[in-house]
Amino acid sequence: MNERELRGQIEDVRTGKLSRRAFTRMMLGLGLTAPLATQMLAHSGIAVAAEKPVYKPTKRGGGGPLRVLWWQAPTLLNPHFATGTKDQDASRIFYEPLAAWDPEGNLLPILAAEVPTIENGGLSEEGTSVTWKLKQGVKWHDGQPFTADDCVFNWEYAADPATAATTIGSYKDVKVVKLDDYTIKVEFSKPTPFWADAFVGYFGMIIPKHLFGQYAGAKSREAPANLAPVGTGPYTFVDFKPGDVVHGKNNPNYHMENRPYFDTIEMKGGGDAVSAARAVLQTGEYDFAWNLQVEDEILKRLEASGKGRVLVTMSGNVEHIQLNNTDPWHEVDGERSSIKSKHPYLADPAVREAFNLLVDRASVHKFIYGRTGEDTANYVNAPDKFVSKNTHYEFSVEKATKLLDAAGWKPGADGVREKNGVKLHAVYQSSINAPRQKTQEIVKQACQKAGISIEIKSVTASVFFSSDVANLDTYPHFVADLQMYTTTMGQPDPGVFMRSYLSGEVASKANKFQGRNITRWQSAEFDKLFDQADKELDPVKRAALFIAMNDLVIKNVVVIPVVTRPVVTAAAKNLHAPISGWDNNTYALAEWYREV
Amino acid sequence: MAGSTPASPTVDAAPVVVRATTRARQVTPWTEAWRRFRRHRLAVAGAVVFVLMILAVAFGPLIWRVQINEIDFTAQLQPPSWAHPLGTDDLGQDLLARMLYGGRISLSVGLAAMVVSIVIGTIIGSIAGMSRGSIDAALMWLTDLFLSLPSVPVLLLLIYLFRESMKHLIGAELGTFVLIVVAIGAFRWMIAARLVRAQFFALREKEFVEAARALGASQIRLMARHILPNALGPVIVAATIDVAAAIITESTLSFLGLGFPPDIPSWGRILFDAKDNLDVAPHWALFAGGAIFLSVLAVSFMGDGLRDALDPRRVI
Repeated sequence: MNERELRGQIEDVRTGKLSRRAFTRMMLGLGLTAPLATQMLAHSGIAVAAEKPVYKPTKRGGGGPLRVLWWQAPTLLNPHFATGTKDQDASRIFYEPLAAWDPEGNLLPILAAEVPTIENGGLSEEGTSVTWKLKQGVKWHDGQPFTADDCVFNWEYAADPATAATTIGSYKDVKVVKLDDYTIKVEFSKPTPFWADAFVGYFGMIIPKHLFGQYAGAKSREAPANLAPVGTGPYTFVDFKPGDVVHGKNNPNYHMENRPYFDTIEMKGGGDAVSAARAVLQTGEYDFAWNLQVEDEILKRLEASGKGRVLVTMSGNVEHIQLNNTDPWHEVDGERSSIKSKHPYLADPAVREAFNLLVDRASVHKFIYGRTGEDTANYVNAPDKFVSKNTHYEFSVEKATKLLDAAGWKPGADGVREKNGVKLHAVYQSSINAPRQKTQEIVKQACQKAGISIEIKSVTASVFFSSDVANLDTYPHFVADLQMYTTTMGQPDPGVFMRSYLSGEVASKANKFQGRNITRWQSAEFDKLFDQADKELDPVKRAALFIAMNDLVIKNVVVIPVVTRPVVTAAAKNLHAPISGWDNNTYALAEWYREV
Repeated sequence: MAGSTPASPTVDAAPVVVRATTRARQVTPWTEAWRRFRRHRLAVAGAVVFVLMILAVAFGPLIWRVQINEIDFTAQLQPPSWAHPLGTDDLGQDLLARMLYGGRISLSVGLAAMVVSIVIGTIIGSIAGMSRGSIDAALMWLTDLFLSLPSVPVLLLLIYLFRESMKHLIGAELGTFVLIVVAIGAFRWMIAARLVRAQFFALREKEFVEAARALGASQIRLMARHILPNALGPVIVAATIDVAAAIITESTLSFLGLGFPPDIPSWGRILFDAKDNLDVAPHWALFAGGAIFLSVLAVSFMGDGLRDALDPRRVI
């Protein structure tokens, strides 16, 4: 779909010929994300009306205890220091952002009075600023009023490198100005297509100035409120044992009517995904369990006991196999997988294409992930059956064999193909998790048939996903030929997602392996497209550029997408728990209630 | 036991001696031990089971020629049948083939680690038991030091540090094997060392040792010929416990991702993979768990029998 057609569609939405939802689904089919689609509409002046989840209770409280299970327990409760969704989700019990992302990718005002649009003057035509009107009468748990000063403070706090906030990326390039007590203006240095970043969703939770004010900068970790939050959220803080349990109780002064429903909340950690699923679905000890990367067969069996149900929510997460472009087995300047080296056989496009043909995505979907992972050919893809028309995938051992034969890779004495003394032997690593090890085995078997020998390696998740600079087993070090994990679309915009292929983002010793480009693939063409998209204010042109970037990545087999991974959670049968794939699991905690 | 009053073996054993007068000279301590071992029925049964298991894992894969990683989605989680005598796992892989292959790993890790720990333990225990004073004290400090180390974290560290270099030296599978065996052995020798030392303390004051010393036997000869054979009983029992512990430790390491690669089906790994499907496919876990249980039990009974057989003061 080209730019003109897109504009036509947007016009149809404006005139009512096409529903907003249908437009969004069409964009999903093009490999775009739902939030991007709604932003395209917002920029074209079409109001975004978020549909609030249905809420039945007619009074606050009286719902008894709510017991939820986060099998990786939260370790701290300051959203600006949160590492991973476990900490963010727990912080979200007590803290709130100005706006949240609903499952459709619409902005839902929380502490904002309304969502900024061009009509209400919230968005500037040039895309250089956003004006947020704050909800009035909101009180912190200790009774202090919530005002624009708090928002300005959060910007100063997070943007200060000395604070070492994990949210710094959302705040460092903006300027926040207080217009009056209940209005703030976020200013960008250049036209910014994706404006809903600071104060929104995962990174947008707001902490009170009167408690954190004196702890900005280097003293940030000393604030007592880091472990005893005082927020605006639906539940107030009771106690917290890091790495174990969080307790909260009903906030009697919550700023939304009749909410929250439950009297107390307990967020418990520990165990693993399967035992968490069992505690909700089979034994009914808990009401809700988070992040269930469990084989669908097991989930179905647990569900059959009738105590709970599995909730599958669309998201942009994708489980994919990365191919190393550099040599992981020889040090260059004291560094493995150095960008100065070249991979001995993955530099050959025929070998890359062969690997692409040897991943049986359909079986991985059908026999392992089921509902919890659809096979896909795209890297950027909203989890819908619609896939970008430009890409496709295929599983064929015969084709891979022919391809390798034609490229001169001949089977050696041990059946493993080789060429000029280089053997097709690959180390294929991932984190320890049953579905991942099974996927590894399926790929290994197909590769063996084609004459490629695979050595499977699995690393415990806490090491694999750690940011330890000295540990070679982490994914950014990529000391393996292939590796597999899920990239979460933590921010509902492909901008950050696509940084993973920028030449300047290559993970290396020099940048302490913080670079996002783990595959170390470099392409001038991609960089050019990304640069254009970064500057492009017109959301339609920008969308077309992202599709082109996705296709480039897939065409060059930089990564092999396996399955899209929706957010999979489990909830007790009668628990009403709205979940969004674009925001924290607890994004709508105030709306949770039990059907009686 | 050491220190107990020895009963007179001549009273009970007399008829045997009389009937076998012509062959009496040929009865070596080992044939005598064998004779005593055979009287311990559970030990014999254990030995038979253990030998059968070793034969099965050694020659089984030559007869049952199914690939251990042949994935067949049409045969997921099947109970035992003629096509798959032990059933299949959730990728439709044949469990008999996997059990036979995994048994090689588990049993050899268990036995090899046991040998390592017993050899180290016996050497250190004997030296400490024979020498008095500072050497004994130093060695016991060392033993206490090792006993107080948390073994699993240190194991993880050792394996993490040396896995890569071992892999380059002798290959992925063998490197992991040697490393795991040495690492487990190096953390389980303390019990054996303490047992041997205690036995030495009791035995070195005995009359027969004094007699040997009076005849001019050297320290080494005293240790090797007179004391050590008498001290072996409890060590053998400790050794059998070590076999079991080594099999279980190997499973722990596989579970933490620092053992063998995850697609190598050691018994511990099979059990780990099976745990989530215990409700619908109990056969999967039961065969692996049963194999570990049976091998550990068999080795323990064998140890029991050997202890009795090798203790010359015990009357059977």
